[in-house]
Amino acid sequence: MLELKNIYHYYLNKQNEKLLIFNNFNIKINKGAVSAMVGPSGCGKTTLVNIIAGYIKPIMGEVLVNNKIINCPGKDRIVINQEDDLFGWMTVYENIKLMVKSEEIIEKFLNLTNLLKFKNLYPNELSGGMKKRLSFARALVVNPEFIIMDEPFGSLDYQIKQKLHEELLNIVKASNKTVLLVTHDIEEAIFLSERIIILSKEPAEIKQEIVVPFSYPRRIELKDSIDFINLKRKI
Amino acid sequence: MRKIFFFIILLALWQVSAFFNHDIVNLISKPTEIILSLWQLVIEGTIFIDILASLQRVLVGFCSAAIISVILALFSGYFKSFGYYLKPLVEILRPIPPIAWIPIAILLLGLGDPSAYFIVFIGAFFPIFTNTYFGVISMPEIYKNVARSFEIKNSIFLTKILFFYSLPYIFTGLKIGIGMAWMSVIAAELIGAQSGLGYFIQLNRLLLRMDNVILGMILIGLIGFLLSKTLSFAEKMAMPWVKK
Repeated sequence: MLELKNIYHYYLNKQNEKLLIFNNFNIKINKGAVSAMVGPSGCGKTTLVNIIAGYIKPIMGEVLVNNKIINCPGKDRIVINQEDDLFGWMTVYENIKLMVKSEEIIEKFLNLTNLLKFKNLYPNELSGGMKKRLSFARALVVNPEFIIMDEPFGSLDYQIKQKLHEELLNIVKASNKTVLLVTHDIEEAIFLSERIIILSKEPAEIKQEIVVPFSYPRRIELKDSIDFINLKRKI
Repeated sequence: MRKIFFFIILLALWQVSAFFNHDIVNLISKPTEIILSLWQLVIEGTIFIDILASLQRVLVGFCSAAIISVILALFSGYFKSFGYYLKPLVEILRPIPPIAWIPIAILLLGLGDPSAYFIVFIGAFFPIFTNTYFGVISMPEIYKNVARSFEIKNSIFLTKILFFYSLPYIFTGLKIGIGMAWMSVIAAELIGAQSGLGYFIQLNRLLLRMDNVILGMILIGLIGFLLSKTLSFAEKMAMPWVKK
């Protein structure tokens, strides 16, 4: 379980004034669940990702993984970013090989993400969707407990996004990982997650929590169903 | 092809100008005289000794500068406390021209190759260091975060991530550095050497053989150009991801 306890965090602006992001923020993410966090731009979603990942330390409060306080980044929490974070000078295979030695595991995940036949290509020779699949493969090979996705599909066009949603959802559910998806796309949040946490503007607070009533596996056609559209309207 | 044609025209203009202005051409020699001098020196084989002497000095000084400056720049950019002390020192020494180091080099290392290696080293070190350092500090935070999340060891991060990310910057530094190294070796040979193209120019200046002086200058330009092209080729080979 991932738990954020009494998180208090602020930034200083140019005038040296405090811009409060979190004031006693608490949240629990259950093991194996796919949760989505939505909120307006600038509400602190990316700060939250950075705190969970261990890239920044909150001014006050604790991040607990399985009841253990964590202070630094680690393989148990891998972030998949919106920005391209692949190593451009390494081939698809080398990007994965850097993280894990076992050939068997590398092949397994390249196969799972349909990248095996592209293993000798460089990231700049891949499409946006393939790059994202490579990011997923790279995250999955180290067998993390948590995958934190920060607007992972933000830079992709609509068609690719639709295809990836279904593909990656199947991969994530099959691997039984705990996923926290941070997005501003309500449709994406409903389609991928089983619980949606809606944040308010800063200081961010949990405004609402919604349980998504659709079972897995989910097909892309779900997005056209009445229930899906109604839920989207409600949010 | 056009470039070659352009050079032929320039040489032809130079040759033809001898008919119109005898004084200047007598001073700087005609292209045909320079070609004849080259031919004679090639037959005698003496010019190769000077070319190889200069090349050897450049390669020793340049390669040492490349290795040391890249390592220091990677460390300075990555280990902030190391860079905190080294960077100001580099910034103070950088504006000093390599030629200004010649007296110190001769005093410390004597007349001969070690002094020339040192001057070449100084000439190449700073552009390579500065460019590499700039590459290192320009690495986006996101790569560092990925490395931290995947618990990549410092040694792996330095050699497989930071070094390769900085490689385009390193090559920019190397290309500037090789030019500086070549200029420095000639300056060093003009003052404190008994062989090399700088020495060849100096000797022929004293002998009033302007054809050989200009030949020496042309050879310096051509070899410098070839070294730069060799580095550009090495850059393409070393960074296949850029080519594709």
